[in-house]
Amino acid sequence: MDMNKDLVAASATPLVLAILAEGDSYGYAIIKRVAELSGGHLQWTDGMLYPVLHRLERQGHVAAKWSASENGRRRKYYRITKEGRAQLAAQRQQWKAVDGTLRGIWMEACTI
Amino acid sequence: MTAFADQPLEEQIAQWRAYLRRRRAVHGPDVEELEGHLRDQLVTLTEAGLTGDEAFLVAVKRMGSLDALSREFARAHSERLWKQMVMAPDGDESAKTSSTETLVVLGLVLAACVAVKAPALFGIPLSPNAEVPSFYFRNASLFVFPLLAIYFLWKRDSGIASGLWLALPFAAGAVFANVYPWQTALVNKVPNGSDTEVLTILHLPIALWLAVGFAYVRNRWFEDGGRMNFVRFSGELAIYYVLIALGGGVVTAFTFMMFGAIKMNPDWFVGGWLLPCGAAGAVIVGSWLVEAKQSVIENMAPVLTRLFTPLFTVLLLAFLATMVWTGSPINIEREVLIGFDLLLAVVVGLVLYAASARDPQAAPDFFDVLQLVLVVSALVVDGVALAAIAARISEFGFTPNRVAALGENLILLVNLVWTAWLYFRFLRHRGSFADLEQWQIAYLPVYAVWAALVVVVFPPIFGYR
Repeated sequence: MDMNKDLVAASATPLVLAILAEGDSYGYAIIKRVAELSGGHLQWTDGMLYPVLHRLERQGHVAAKWSASENGRRRKYYRITKEGRAQLAAQRQQWKAVDGTLRGIWMEACTI
Repeated sequence: MTAFADQPLEEQIAQWRAYLRRRRAVHGPDVEELEGHLRDQLVTLTEAGLTGDEAFLVAVKRMGSLDALSREFARAHSERLWKQMVMAPDGDESAKTSSTETLVVLGLVLAACVAVKAPALFGIPLSPNAEVPSFYFRNASLFVFPLLAIYFLWKRDSGIASGLWLALPFAAGAVFANVYPWQTALVNKVPNGSDTEVLTILHLPIALWLAVGFAYVRNRWFEDGGRMNFVRFSGELAIYYVLIALGGGVVTAFTFMMFGAIKMNPDWFVGGWLLPCGAAGAVIVGSWLVEAKQSVIENMAPVLTRLFTPLFTVLLLAFLATMVWTGSPINIEREVLIGFDLLLAVVVGLVLYAASARDPQAAPDFFDVLQLVLVVSALVVDGVALAAIAARISEFGFTPNRVAALGENLILLVNLVWTAWLYFRFLRHRGSFADLEQWQIAYLPVYAVWAALVVVVFPPIFGYR
């Protein structure tokens, strides 16, 4: 399935925040988790995740820390902040509203 | 990640890294982060059975095109964008070749000279032997700022509509600078210029600079980084202007020396042409240089900020310590309030330019503590001065100068009190530096609005004194 680019971009923030809400993580692992969750439907260009993460960091929704990884290289780990959780909750409400609306009209279309 | 045993693969990674490094919107740590990602990906792919070459191709393809990537990085980090202008009119800037731009700039400089010299045709001469008519001071900003706005509108490809909209503030400025009937009072039988006229001369440029700012940022005023870029631009322009002025001084000195040697007096040329045209043209040339040379010279304003923040902090602390030690009260002279206004303005400037160059994501460091000390000590010094002035305000009475100075003091004080609070939160890890940056940026229009108020409302209120 070819997903619309704007849709992918719009869902990036809540998705990243939700994944980080599960636990601290780093770029590559987040990409893998997205692929896993979406069953491969959401294909991100890997590099594009990082500007999203950096923007979230700047807005204070996530905090980042460089620490050593299991393979000896430095790796940047991201953690969701309190503001990030609030933001996630707000976005969740919005997506729920969108989802509910679409569901409503599609259910009607089915029953008619 | 341990290095790959596959030597060609390591070489390919090194090459990819070198390409990425060349993108100046992507900084060192970002390259490291992206390389880490690439290597993780490569491990997974080679473990799945791909050869080094195949894995590299797939991993690089998944990473995405470097152009798109660096554009996204520039969007997320607009403070880097300013230096590189990666996003300059969305990549289709080829139409504006540098030679066209040079011509446009030269044309605008010429227009500025004409604007400065034109009033002479209408009976307001600019001659080195007589005092300069106050007309020139009142309208100083109107000679060049509209032209500067035109330059930016042209450079950013803004539509005619936004240009017409921007003409409004300049037209209003021209009206308010020239319609009021200023009174020249006789103080001790010496003609003394109107105070409110001097206030207009000082405040009109500040108000109109905001209009230039709108032209500069185009429609990105409320977007991330738009206004901060304008702040950076203003700082760099001020530095370039001073440099050009120094050069102009050298030219003037040589003009006098050489023509003096052949017994000619170049006064009429220097005073009537070189100085006024140079002063006006330098604003446009300086802006052009800032726009063109952004990536060549490191930004100077933040460097100066780094130098002078410690110096001012030491100065303020020494002043406070001396005052406490000797117990001598602040001597309230006529000009003292304006002096303290300038002090607060300098401190706000230091905070603003420190913020403009700072990576908002970096953790608090010693310099931030220093900034907080600077802000708090400036607040204390100003508080002491204000208390002393308030005690004697009834004695002084309200003159236009004093009301303007008090208003400015209040505006700067509010800014610094909140800045200090945000700095405190940031140092305690309770807030982000972005909050502070946002506050400073959001506050910018307040200065212009106040300046406009002084220009428009003060003269009638104080009877054009």
